[in-house]
Amino acid sequence: MKVLVPVKRVIDYNVKPRVKMDGTGVDLANVKMSMNPFDEIAVEEAIRLKEKGVATEVVVVSIGPAKAQETCRTALAMGADRAILIQTDETVEPLGVAKLLKAVADEEQPGLVILGKQAIDDDSNQTGQMLAALMGRPQGTFASKVEVSGDTVTVTREVDGGLETVALTIPAIITTDLRLNEPRYASLPNIMKAKSKPLAAKTPADYGVDIAPRLETLTVAEPPKRSAGIKVADVDELVAKLKALGVAA
Amino acid sequence: MKTLVWVEHEGGALKDATLSAVTAAAKLGEVHLLVAGEGVGGVAEAAAKIAGVGKVHVADNAAYAHALPEAVAPLIVELMGHHDAFVAPATSTAKNIAPRVAALLDVMQVSDILSVEGDKTFTRPIYAGNAIATVKSNDAKLVITVRGTAFEKAAKDGGSGAIEAVSAATSGEGSKFVGAEISKSERPELTSAKVIVSGGRALASSENFHSVIEPLADKLGAAVGASRAAVDAGYVPNDYQVGQTGKIVAPEVYVAVGISGAIQHLAGMKDSKTIIAINKDEDAPIFQVADIGLVGDLFTIVPELTSKL
Ligand SMILES: Cc1cc2nc3c(=O)[nH]c(=O)nc-3n(C[C@H](O)[C@H](O)[C@H](O)COP(=O)(O)OP(=O)(O)OC[C@H]3O[C@@H](n4cnc5c(N)ncnc54)[C@H](O)[C@@H]3O)c2cc1C
Ligand SMILES: Cc1cc2nc3c(=O)[nH]c(=O)nc-3n(C[C@H](O)[C@H](O)[C@H](O)COP(=O)(O)OP(=O)(O)OC[C@H]3O[C@@H](n4cnc5c(N)ncnc54)[C@H](O)[C@@H]3O)c2cc1C
Repeated sequence: MKVLVPVKRVIDYNVKPRVKMDGTGVDLANVKMSMNPFDEIAVEEAIRLKEKGVATEVVVVSIGPAKAQETCRTALAMGADRAILIQTDETVEPLGVAKLLKAVADEEQPGLVILGKQAIDDDSNQTGQMLAALMGRPQGTFASKVEVSGDTVTVTREVDGGLETVALTIPAIITTDLRLNEPRYASLPNIMKAKSKPLAAKTPADYGVDIAPRLETLTVAEPPKRSAGIKVADVDELVAKLKALGVAA
Repeated sequence: MKTLVWVEHEGGALKDATLSAVTAAAKLGEVHLLVAGEGVGGVAEAAAKIAGVGKVHVADNAAYAHALPEAVAPLIVELMGHHDAFVAPATSTAKNIAPRVAALLDVMQVSDILSVEGDKTFTRPIYAGNAIATVKSNDAKLVITVRGTAFEKAAKDGGSGAIEAVSAATSGEGSKFVGAEISKSERPELTSAKVIVSGGRALASSENFHSVIEPLADKLGAAVGASRAAVDAGYVPNDYQVGQTGKIVAPEVYVAVGISGAIQHLAGMKDSKTIIAINKDEDAPIFQVADIGLVGDLFTIVPELTSKL
């Protein structure tokens, strides 16, 4: 069984994003970029499935600018077998990404597609569910545990009330949550080895998919700022404040 | 515009998240509701009483018992034949379903809206709430999820919606519900609590979390939350996590105990009315957003505080 893992290049999670002065977006010039953390978890899960002998090949795909090649190489260094970069400098929304991924899946015929539950830049939390809809396949979102047995994948999901488990018939789509695994770091030899692993360069036109955006971003603004308040000296003062707030009798 | 609002319910009771979605939908036009599930007659009756509600579509069928998106999405798509917007609260159930509906309708979903600025224009947070985008949809139909903390709750009574049974029976192929482990608690729910006490990595163990955080929460009648670090370390279950990738909360009072204030955590609680931070590091970033801070060791401060309340 082949596993397909879409990986997105995003602002590094340690960087505090700054809104551009002209209100057109977030300033990404000279900012550290990394693989979306949820996608690292997805790559890790796919590699573990391969190590267990469940998966035969791990293919990663990224949609983005030329630099998204680095994101592909990171996944290859972690242990993915080959990569596809669908290069575009346009804004591709989750629906467009899902359509491209469907086209890739039609070619590759993966048993599982494992995505991140959300990308930490746009925070849309849509792509996996959309892909599942377009492919007409079952979905296991926000996964904290994945077990494959025969043609069934059992997914434990993090939901508002706790955990929920569903059994899906393969092929299926999975999106990762934080507790699924702890992604490995690529070792230096593996980083070197990754340089010679295959990376196919494609464009959206190769797949004949219309990725014209449906949403128009009118402005991007800073959220209202909170300013630091006061510090109290001791517990008695804090108790007095809580009483003043009406939350303590 | 005719809207179809997803009614969130659990154990036969309507959940408050629905009420914020109704308020958002009312800004767009007529409000119709969809109650999907098994044995949901009571939920439908409660839903019909929500102020401002027109019709309540009820799909009472075993196929919808666990709100599996494979079964529910086609049902919604069918109903969207005569509605213009699907509006859902940003709960884990609806986040699972709405994008599936959007893709089937070939529209781009607008996630987690904070406000309605016009017919098809909304604001939404991006980059963990460090930026607010104003976006306009150019699709024929709308699919929207609503951030609960950003909209007032519609009144639970005063309405008299007409209940209408939906005969459509769609079934999801390839997906089966196996089971659920739902946390039980006597405490208020995180997303609707007036007061929240959250603990972080500093608690250092599950035992400490229970013996230090919970008594304070009990005294304040508060819900209990946690940082990702505390959840990852296994001090508390995943449903306690507050943040960019956990729950979004905005209580009257949020007490952060031994939490540093990473942007991913702030994203989930910075709209709280009053933030109180207890941390031994006076330079912890949490103090930059806290209204009231107390610097010191939580293991002495919190028990003392609990005893003096
Ligand atoms: C060069 C460029 C510039 C952009 N600039 C902006 C901008 O300024 N403002 C704006 O609003 N949008 C911009 N976008 C669009 C934005 O990146 C898309 O909305 C995004 O691709 C999908 O949204 P999301 O990541 O929040 O989706 P989610 O649904 O949150 O993503 C979930 C998962 O889907 C997969 N996935 C998502 N996107 C990709 C991808 N591109 N490649 C591979 N896998 C993926 C990953 O596994 C990810 O974890 C830009 C896109 C590009 C390529
Ligand atoms: C993709 C992604 C998503 C994430 N999503 C979330 C999310 O949704 N929610 C979330 O919370 N985090 C999230 N995080 C994690 C986040 O980046 C931080 O790692 C996390 O919030 C830190 O938790 P913490 O504050 O408990 O721990 P730490 O950062 O370790 O802080 C512990 C604090 O306790 C203080 N302390 C220690 N001992 C004591 C004592 N005895 N008394 C008083 N104070 C003490 C320390 O001074 C310190 O400030 C995410 C990260 C990533 C990469």
